Amino acid sequence: MDSKSDNAPIVRIRPPGKWEIIDFQELKDYRDLFFFLVWRDIKVLYAQTIMGFAWAILNPMIQIVIFSVIFGKVAKLDTDGIPYVLFSTVAIIPWTYMSEAMSKASQSLVAGQNMLGKVYFPRVLFPITPVLAKLVDFSISLLLLIAVMIYYQVPPTWNVLLLPFLILLMMIIPAGIGLWLSALSIRFRDVKFAMPFLIRMLIYSAPILYTASSIPDGYRLIYSLNPIVAVIEGFRACLLGTEVPWQFILPGTVVAALLLVTGAIYFRKMERVFVDVI
Amino acid sequence: MSQIAVNVEGISKIYRLGVKERSSDNIAGMIWDFVRSPLNNFRKYRSLYRFDEAELQGLEAENGQMDDILWALKNVSFSVDEGEVVGIIGGNGAGKSTLLKILSRITPPTTGEVIIRGRVSSLLEVGTGFHPELTGRENVYLNGTILGMRKKEVDQRFDEIVAFSEVEKFLDTPVKRYSSGMRVRLAFAVAAHLEPEILIVDEVLAVGDAAFQQKCMNKMQDVGKEGRTVLFVSHNMPAVTSLCDRVIWLDQGKKVSEGPAREIVGDYLLAGSTTTACRQWNDTESAPAGRFARLLATRVITEKGDVAEHFDIQQPVGIQMEYEVLEGGEVMLPHFRVKNEDGVLVFVTLDHDPEWYQRPRPAGFYTSTVWIPGNFLNEGPYFVDCALITRHPDIPQFNELAVLSFAIAGSMEPGTARGDWPGRLSGVVSPVLEWKTDYRKG
Repeated sequence: MDSKSDNAPIVRIRPPGKWEIIDFQELKDYRDLFFFLVWRDIKVLYAQTIMGFAWAILNPMIQIVIFSVIFGKVAKLDTDGIPYVLFSTVAIIPWTYMSEAMSKASQSLVAGQNMLGKVYFPRVLFPITPVLAKLVDFSISLLLLIAVMIYYQVPPTWNVLLLPFLILLMMIIPAGIGLWLSALSIRFRDVKFAMPFLIRMLIYSAPILYTASSIPDGYRLIYSLNPIVAVIEGFRACLLGTEVPWQFILPGTVVAALLLVTGAIYFRKMERVFVDVI
Repeated sequence: MSQIAVNVEGISKIYRLGVKERSSDNIAGMIWDFVRSPLNNFRKYRSLYRFDEAELQGLEAENGQMDDILWALKNVSFSVDEGEVVGIIGGNGAGKSTLLKILSRITPPTTGEVIIRGRVSSLLEVGTGFHPELTGRENVYLNGTILGMRKKEVDQRFDEIVAFSEVEKFLDTPVKRYSSGMRVRLAFAVAAHLEPEILIVDEVLAVGDAAFQQKCMNKMQDVGKEGRTVLFVSHNMPAVTSLCDRVIWLDQGKKVSEGPAREIVGDYLLAGSTTTACRQWNDTESAPAGRFARLLATRVITEKGDVAEHFDIQQPVGIQMEYEVLEGGEVMLPHFRVKNEDGVLVFVTLDHDPEWYQRPRPAGFYTSTVWIPGNFLNEGPYFVDCALITRHPDIPQFNELAVLSFAIAGSMEPGTARGDWPGRLSGVVSPVLEWKTDYRKG
């Protein structure tokens, strides 16, 4: 018994205050819980639906049809010669992932407040869970992307090697924003009401429906600070074989990394008082 | 040599309360309030958890008197040795739950420090994180990992958990189709199979039907016997006395006392009532009296004659009254009424001492004692009315309501009505009766 308790972990519980860094050892101890939380999100998402995971394809498909009719056929937006359906599919699939992961992550703490008050675990698991769980939808919707590419007979190029990096970037953005907004929304529920606007604004802030080249030169630099631009333009270059837009990817990556790091720090500072301010 | 498993050092926790907002009574003021409200709201929500140094020091100086601040816990210290089972009791708002939340790391203390040695699992609720859409099997894994188990550990105990919960047949049905009893049984089964070094439990025993509760109590007892450290919060006093070695009593965020379970539970049960085990009237003016008799004193005593408030269920309880007969020649009938905590009249006992039966009493001083046998009253607090009437016609001389109180604590020792039954036996009385069972080979 004594030998067992000698190497037992010692936990000190102190008043909050100081800035702390993320306890990676603790996260490792809770990896099984993380796995089950992700798995729960996936399992439960399409519970009692007829279509099941087909919604992961139907959802972006319906958007693509609408956008293609309105912006491609009616408004006839210039797409640098790419067919509009192809042009928007490549963008909408990563965008759907990012917007859903972002809003789910931002609401994760408020949605799980019952659990927060009853049991301890590293709170950071909550906003990170949807970032991983939504990857399942994303992977399924890639089938749609592949189908569209085959239809338009787009040959793969070496640019496709950049895809893993872009997917990582695509995950970092909702993770960073999710950390910030989930921690904020525990204190200020305004986030919940602001989120739909934010998502709607972000879709116009990135070249999802229009081309990045239509942005005037003077605004290019500011525009490039939006990491979503990097992901969307990156996906296009990867899959359609256009020139890799480093002028967007580099600043976008830096901003995304900053979002993630500052989000983690803010979250860490706030996480101990979450229960008191719910 | 046992080590300290939990050391709590002067922890306090303060919360900010809502303060009534000023509101204007004219249109212009209302509009101005509306315009300003986002700023006010921002300040309000931001200040929810912030208490700056000056404020804290001010609080200490002013002895915590501030409109919008509540001390959920105030400077509480104690320590728990490895393998000890400690109960935490107290009324509503005593700070029990806050204390458990701090020990479970759900909320941080405002000041003070806790050091915990060993893996902690806390059960503040059963079924935390149960998802209605998931099946029983899936929820066992989810809930188990939420409570701090590794997947491997759930794998190992899965069959035991299922057997304990008695829901084998429904394992692959979504939990939303379970009856509430099934859900609770499954949830408790998971919790019961946690094997941390330190277990923190809040009032989770009040689940399921009687048979299942019994099973839960047994399980809790096993946990204690296995030498694990347990902190247990409950309102179920018999459960506390039978499970815990030591009890900590909190009231209004402060520690009132700590010590052996039965003593502290007895004190707790009697607290709040102004009555005691002994009442004396030294001043003849204020003493309850009629024309013929005056009450001088009344008390609860043990067999040895000592005044006592706490009795073991097996111990006889003596109730005594001292009175003066002011004018002789009347037949008198001293009596006591014993009521339980619900105010139920358990019995009335009349002085039918053969020596004085139907016999007029001369003036002078009398002491009458009645004995309630051991193994008769059930566990809990009791209140005694002390009265005396003169007969033919019946005229009350004095009648003091709830003038005395005492508490009976049970145990799980053999020789009591409860025996090894761990929960409280219901009922007003708890007599030991003779049982006989005939057996015939069938």
